[in-house]
Amino acid sequence: MSITILLRALDRAMQERVAEISGQNVYKCMQCGTCSSVCPMSGDMEITPRQAMLLIQHGLVDPVLSSRTPWLCASCHTCQVRCPRGIEVTRVMEALRQIVLRENRDMVNPREIPAESIAEMPQIALVAGFRKLTS
Amino acid sequence: MKISYYPGCTLKTKAKNLEDSALASLAALGIEVEELERWNCCGAVFSLADDDLIHQVAPVRDLIRARDAGADKLVTLCSQCYNVLARANKLMREEEEKRETINLFMDEEVDYHGEVQVVHFLDLLRETIGWDALREQVKVPLEGLKVAPFYGCTLLRPAEVAVGGGDRGAPHVLQDFLSALGATPVRFSAAEECCGAYEVLINPVEGMRRAGSVLAAAGESHADAIVLSCPLCEYNLGRKQGDIRAQVSGIPDIPVFYFTQLLAIALGLDASAGRFELNMASARKLLQDKKFVEAPATQV
Repeated sequence: MSITILLRALDRAMQERVAEISGQNVYKCMQCGTCSSVCPMSGDMEITPRQAMLLIQHGLVDPVLSSRTPWLCASCHTCQVRCPRGIEVTRVMEALRQIVLRENRDMVNPREIPAESIAEMPQIALVAGFRKLTS
Repeated sequence: MKISYYPGCTLKTKAKNLEDSALASLAALGIEVEELERWNCCGAVFSLADDDLIHQVAPVRDLIRARDAGADKLVTLCSQCYNVLARANKLMREEEEKRETINLFMDEEVDYHGEVQVVHFLDLLRETIGWDALREQVKVPLEGLKVAPFYGCTLLRPAEVAVGGGDRGAPHVLQDFLSALGATPVRFSAAEECCGAYEVLINPVEGMRRAGSVLAAAGESHADAIVLSCPLCEYNLGRKQGDIRAQVSGIPDIPVFYFTQLLAIALGLDASAGRFELNMASARKLLQDKKFVEAPATQV
């Protein structure tokens, strides 16, 4: 992945929001890539967890926010259990989702879920999904 | 010692097979639990945002009601509920500032400081009865049944709330449980992986691939069945299995059980306690083929 970093692209305010919501210090990340290697969804991500951490370290939060990465993360917590630096990467992903959701943007529309799916799914699928994917 | 029981939303309807088999087994084992008189949704997922305390209120209210009912322990069956309640409890015990804010907000309830202990059903069995004593209670040993133990995420992560009493290294509670029932736990490479969770709502293709890789690993382990304790995992791996098989190659036809269903059968309870009609059809058939339960009378 090649990235052109323009000075004006560095968004310190957004970086601070990630830190504030997640409670995590992204500068502790030493780019070992353990998170990406254990992430069950990283094969489907255009920006892997390690790359996301690097981009956020450099104040490039927007590319991560506009990727599918935070929405492919299902908060399985494997990355944070294995992180040698003790970073709760799951909380960083949550912060990215929250930044989008707090703009009143929903990632799923309950009205568009087919009635037969609702009838079939366990309640926790819907409750968990709405908690994670709607504002 | 009084034990309160928190069922959670799904156990009263779609996962009735998890609740009924568990409660019938507890009665047979002589462990008394009392369902919380009034309980609300735990929220299904623990709030991970540092500045979001309002979503901690729902699980904390459940914990307060358990304490007010005079319980020392609150037992849960659903892995998601367990994770949320145990983490909310930990927050109330350890994070003073957040505890005070939450207690101030809930002005009707008496302040809570984490007095109740949240336990998963597996740990209740392990701590209250123990595997050796459980083995002695088994009437129908599940001999020859090879089972893949599936923990998924929320029974194990984060480590502070992992079941098994702080085992270091690979978890083995489910394996110990299965061995006590006389079944053979198999080595299963995907035992601690994500099943796809709620991806079905937003990334159905990727979610299906995720569940498919768990099922493929179960097939490679040559297990006869998968056991688990989470209704969301059961949905992704069990109920959706036929759909996955239709779209992904190499997916075995493998029954999925709640661990409590195997417990009820091993304790010699009537098959009706297992509510197998709520599982995929192959589930009951496997138990019949292995002669652990009889075919229903209506079946010719």
